[in-house]
Amino acid sequence: MTTSVSIKDLSLNFGNVKVLESLDLEVAQGEFIVLLGPSGCGKSTLLNCIAGLLDVSDGQIFISGKNVTWDEPKDRGIGMVFQSYALYPQMTVEKNLSFGLRVARMPKAEVDARVKRASEILQIEPLLQRKPVELSGGQRQRVAIGRALVRDVDVFLFDEPLSNLDAKLRNDLRIEIKRLHARLKNTMIYVTHDQIEAMTLADRIAIMKNGVIQQLADPHTIYNKPVNLFVAGFIGSPSMNFIKGDLSGTTLSVDGQANIPLTNYQFANQTNGASILGIRPEHIVVGDEARKMPVQMESEIEIVEPMGADTVAWTKIAGQSLTFRAAAEVHLEPGQKVLIGFDPGRGSVFNAASGNRI
Amino acid sequence: MTAEAISSRLASGVVDSSGPRGPKPKTVTVGRIGVYAFLILSALFFLMPLWVMVVTSLKTMPEIREGHLFNWPALLTFDPWLKAWDTACTGRDCNGLKPGFWNSVKITALSVPVSIVIAMINGYALSFWKYKGSELLFGILIFGAFVPYQVVIYPLIIGMRELSLFGTLPGIVIVHTIFGMPILTLLYRNFFASLPIELFKAGRVDGAGFWGIFFRIMLPMSVPITIVAIILQVTGIWNDFLFGTVFAGRENMPMTVQLNNIVTTTTGIREYNVNMAATILTAAVPLVVYFISGKWFVRGIAAGAVKG
Repeated sequence: MTTSVSIKDLSLNFGNVKVLESLDLEVAQGEFIVLLGPSGCGKSTLLNCIAGLLDVSDGQIFISGKNVTWDEPKDRGIGMVFQSYALYPQMTVEKNLSFGLRVARMPKAEVDARVKRASEILQIEPLLQRKPVELSGGQRQRVAIGRALVRDVDVFLFDEPLSNLDAKLRNDLRIEIKRLHARLKNTMIYVTHDQIEAMTLADRIAIMKNGVIQQLADPHTIYNKPVNLFVAGFIGSPSMNFIKGDLSGTTLSVDGQANIPLTNYQFANQTNGASILGIRPEHIVVGDEARKMPVQMESEIEIVEPMGADTVAWTKIAGQSLTFRAAAEVHLEPGQKVLIGFDPGRGSVFNAASGNRI
Repeated sequence: MTAEAISSRLASGVVDSSGPRGPKPKTVTVGRIGVYAFLILSALFFLMPLWVMVVTSLKTMPEIREGHLFNWPALLTFDPWLKAWDTACTGRDCNGLKPGFWNSVKITALSVPVSIVIAMINGYALSFWKYKGSELLFGILIFGAFVPYQVVIYPLIIGMRELSLFGTLPGIVIVHTIFGMPILTLLYRNFFASLPIELFKAGRVDGAGFWGIFFRIMLPMSVPITIVAIILQVTGIWNDFLFGTVFAGRENMPMTVQLNNIVTTTTGIREYNVNMAATILTAAVPLVVYFISGKWFVRGIAAGAVKG
């Protein structure tokens, strides 16, 4: 597979603040990459650097094999979709779509053909003569995507495109973006802080923190084998349980009250000492099924949160709080004593000092 | 409601429906009457000078000398108005306010667009094309709004003289442009800063440059704030007296300066009716601007919320 976007040793400083530091990223042709992280992690900054809207302090950016580090945004072969839609309010939808092409002095017939194609793909033909104020949020964002589409570019950049929409529209448009990617097969780089969007859309997710990519991998790996505590805690809702203890060999001793044998867990880099066992709430089972698990323990339920599809329960083991997810049919109530169990093989073990997976 | 009341209500299952219902009735209280009385009285009080001016301008001189300041004229005459406009004397010239009016029109018609266009570009560049030191420049520009005019008049006279612009129409236009700059730039910068920055980014991705984004995206959006700027500048420049006296020169004397000359002329008798008419004529232009644009003015002030 050929490389579409390649970022080499990229740094960006605002005065003394280092926003991005020696960042490397290779995006393959046709790949859907999601930059995911909390606010202020530098994900939008990175996208703006790729778009050419921010000047980099150091490093290089290649798009389709061409060094575009010093190029103007329009010459980079990118289209961009913004969170606030950024539609030109005084222009009709049609003029919004064709603005970039008209600026580039493209022949009218070609402009019309491209606007027609984009509006067909996005099903916004009936809206072409309307102004942005007359559109709903979902329609506006569709027009904004169309504006990137008409440019006929190699790379699409999305800057939190769904964050301004309500929950239902967000789901609908998410599917549409996925469909669009399947149809167009363009390279797409998508910034979001929403882990659901990241997990559902991405071929690969880059999780960022403080301007550094923590882990770049497919959603399955990110979910099951997070490289450090940050990634482990960021992905998943409710978030992963962290059980602090002392590791010696393959046994985690929790405050001397309990010993958890890490059966089935495959260490990459075993180190004794203060460690943290991470186990996802959905990997903990309750009742009869727990009897089949390598690790079993009695615990008392504190709080129950029925979610409809399933139920999240809060409990404690060896003084540390633990949440688990149970099927909605399982009857749980506060004060009830239950047997819970899990397979450490599905968990993650981190060194407490470095926070890295071991 | 007490606990017993609630429980008895719950027990009976019936809610008392005779209580207040629908919109709260408006009551006229003594306090409210007092407030309105005060407001009406103070409005009348502040309207008094205008009333005196209007009735005096419509009286003949003998009637004015009788001293009934507030009376409606017994003998209605429009001669003072005609005289003020056409034949009142300022020094040796007896052409009334007419030449001053046209001078003011010329000065305003040139200064308003020039100052607004420059301020618009300033505000646009300072909001979207920030460069090293642009914030400092903006700070210095705003500082200019706090410098008293009188302080810079003398150096400005010397500067204008050296450029041979002193006492010319371009000279007075430049002066008005300079002094309008801080407040207008502030107005436009804040307006552009209130627009989503993503609009500008989208324009750049679409390939528009400095002027492309300015003319095709930003200019069409800044109509409301431009109306505010026009109102500010038209009234400010029309009402200006100081710069007109100093920089315009005899040829381009604006209406305000001419009004002053008519009113303070010391030869012969003081024609109060002509003076009153001349003053109303001079003040009429800004008044008309406010009346016509009042709605737009408020809209422009509230124009922070221009979001697509």
